[in-house]
Amino acid sequence: MAGSGHEVRKKWDPWNDPQEKPHVQLLSVSKRFGDFTAVDNIALDIYKGEFFSLLGPSGCGKTTLLRMLAGFEQPSQGQILLEGSDMAGVPPYRRPVNMMFQSYALFPHMSVESNIAFGLKQDKAPKGEIAQRVEEVLDLVQLSSFAKRKPHQLSGGQRQRVALARALVKKPKMLLLDEPLGALDKKLREQTQFELMNIQEQLGITFVIVTHDQEEAMTVSTRIAVMDHGRIVQVATPTEIYEYPNSRYVAGFIGDVNIIEGRVSEVGESHLNIVSEQSGCGIRARHAVDAPVGATVWIALRPEKLVISVDAPADTTTNCMAGEVWDIGYLGNLSIYHIKLDSGIMVTTAQTNRTRDVERPITWEDRVYLTWTPDAGIVLGQ
Amino acid sequence: MNKGLSWFTWSALIFGFSFLYLPIILLVLFSFNESKLVTVWGGFSTKWYAELFNNQGLLNAAWVTLKVAFVSSSVATLLGTISGVMLTRFSSFRGRTLFTGMIYAPLVMPEVITGLSLLLMFVAVSLDRGFLTVTIAHITFSMCYVAVVVQSRMATFDHSIEEAAMDLGCTPGKTFFAVTLPIILPAVVSGWLLSFTLSLDDLVIASFTTGPGATTLPMKIYSQVRLGVTPEINAVSTILVGLVATGVLIATIISRRNDAARLRDERLAAVDP
Ligand SMILES: Nc1ncnc2c1ncn2[C@@H]1O[C@H](COP(=O)(O)OP(=O)(O)OP(=O)(O)O)[C@@H](O)[C@H]1O
Ligand SMILES: [Mg+2]
Repeated sequence: MAGSGHEVRKKWDPWNDPQEKPHVQLLSVSKRFGDFTAVDNIALDIYKGEFFSLLGPSGCGKTTLLRMLAGFEQPSQGQILLEGSDMAGVPPYRRPVNMMFQSYALFPHMSVESNIAFGLKQDKAPKGEIAQRVEEVLDLVQLSSFAKRKPHQLSGGQRQRVALARALVKKPKMLLLDEPLGALDKKLREQTQFELMNIQEQLGITFVIVTHDQEEAMTVSTRIAVMDHGRIVQVATPTEIYEYPNSRYVAGFIGDVNIIEGRVSEVGESHLNIVSEQSGCGIRARHAVDAPVGATVWIALRPEKLVISVDAPADTTTNCMAGEVWDIGYLGNLSIYHIKLDSGIMVTTAQTNRTRDVERPITWEDRVYLTWTPDAGIVLGQ
Repeated sequence: MNKGLSWFTWSALIFGFSFLYLPIILLVLFSFNESKLVTVWGGFSTKWYAELFNNQGLLNAAWVTLKVAFVSSSVATLLGTISGVMLTRFSSFRGRTLFTGMIYAPLVMPEVITGLSLLLMFVAVSLDRGFLTVTIAHITFSMCYVAVVVQSRMATFDHSIEEAAMDLGCTPGKTFFAVTLPIILPAVVSGWLLSFTLSLDDLVIASFTTGPGATTLPMKIYSQVRLGVTPEINAVSTILVGLVATGVLIATIISRRNDAARLRDERLAAVDP
């Protein structure tokens, strides 16, 4: 599978190109169930060939959004355009979109083979072609030897792969995957992720995928949308989401983060100065939000961007928090330190274990100093 | 605790079962009675069975009953399945709760009232009473049983399976036949069997709604019994008991086999290469 003339991924960002037409466009789409708003005024452009991930806590409306794209729910408000044409009133069986269901929804009375062939049969594809494509896709999900079994004769992960194969085999223009890899073990999941990315590159299918696994979202996505309570909080590339989250919510949802409260004391050309009782020092950070002097802001610090040391640095007044080691977690490649600052709040830092033996290892109750560069902290408003 | 059954449990068991089965055993025994007197044993003989096949009245009644049962259960299954599916699937129409409740009403309605109201209706539309009216009457009441059976199956049916079919390009009508129906088929079949047996042993509603030339077997037996129980009636009843017992046995065996096959399949699924 790998190595077959694989090119290095080029920079590809149609969402920054105003000339590019989006493949699917959501125009202030809302979905209400009675009084409850499951999807709240979402505007979103997804481009052809994207691997778009929806990330968010349980019940935030991810499945509902996919169901509107597939045609099972009609938006209460707003419009969905697929390749420029309005999808309102177009039933699921006329949309060039396939969905993989969170519950798999396999046909219990059909064999694995017939389950996969079902969609092709609806299109009246010739018999030989059906057989060939079913075989190909079975091979892809590594279920060739299970072709004759019924769904109840399969394990959870195998069923999930059948569901995936059934959605893939029709090669639709857009594929909606609702937690497609949740039941697979780590190795198989990574393999399948890789296969999905391959398929997507070969066929140019647009993928919209729901996942709870942020690592998965970071690996496969061209862009990620972080959702909360039916709204989209941020849409950006994995790197941007991680390095430049636009809110405390996003910063906390993707990866670990320390959030420290402070007040702006000085607004400079490119940097802000912040006083923060919590950190016990002044903070200098890159200008990011529109915050006047006196405004309360939050500084997000990723654990791996803090440098821990038992020796006090030259300047202990700016970007330097002092505290006591509260707990240490040794993970092999990393060590996680929980530090109790003098102000009482806990801060986490992660350090790579670069050498086997350290001359003076940091242990419990050591007094340590955490430092970081002005570019490492992210200033967040509200 | 594990001392086997005590004398008390044994006697309770025997008493209970004899209460249930003694009348039937007596009936079967006396159907092989040589004597014409039902209560006096006169030696073994099968002559009443032979006589039975010469009794044109009884044979006709049996034939009418079978025809009525077959036609009414088939039509009732069709209508009952449709309403059972509708009541669970199209959940948004007004008055759905009312309709769902109303489908149970005929199940608890006294048969005399069902029979009487049907009779009044047939008279009102001046339909001649006979085969047609009995069949319609049986369809009316057995349809509810089918609807209830199908509805309870549909309630546990994962709707996303139908959505998956539509997502793969299947129209709603085709989805019903390709996906929904095969899955709920066991419920539909048991609905059919239920209506068939209900129709077979109905006496009250049939007496209200039938006319000349369409006397059903239960009616025939009932009218003959009023003139005195003959060994012939015992013979016909024994045959009925035999038929029903065979049916139950076959149904049990089939479902046991299915269960066993499923268990085996599930065990097979656990072995992942
Ligand atoms: N048919 C419905 N009627 C009423 N409420 C609904 C319906 N479908 C979904 N909801 C509600 O809408 C909200 C969003 O549901 P949705 O299934 O989209 O969540 P999700 O983000 O996919 O969650 P999960 O990660 O757990 O799958 C939930 O609070 C749910 O209770
Ligand atoms: Mg969901």
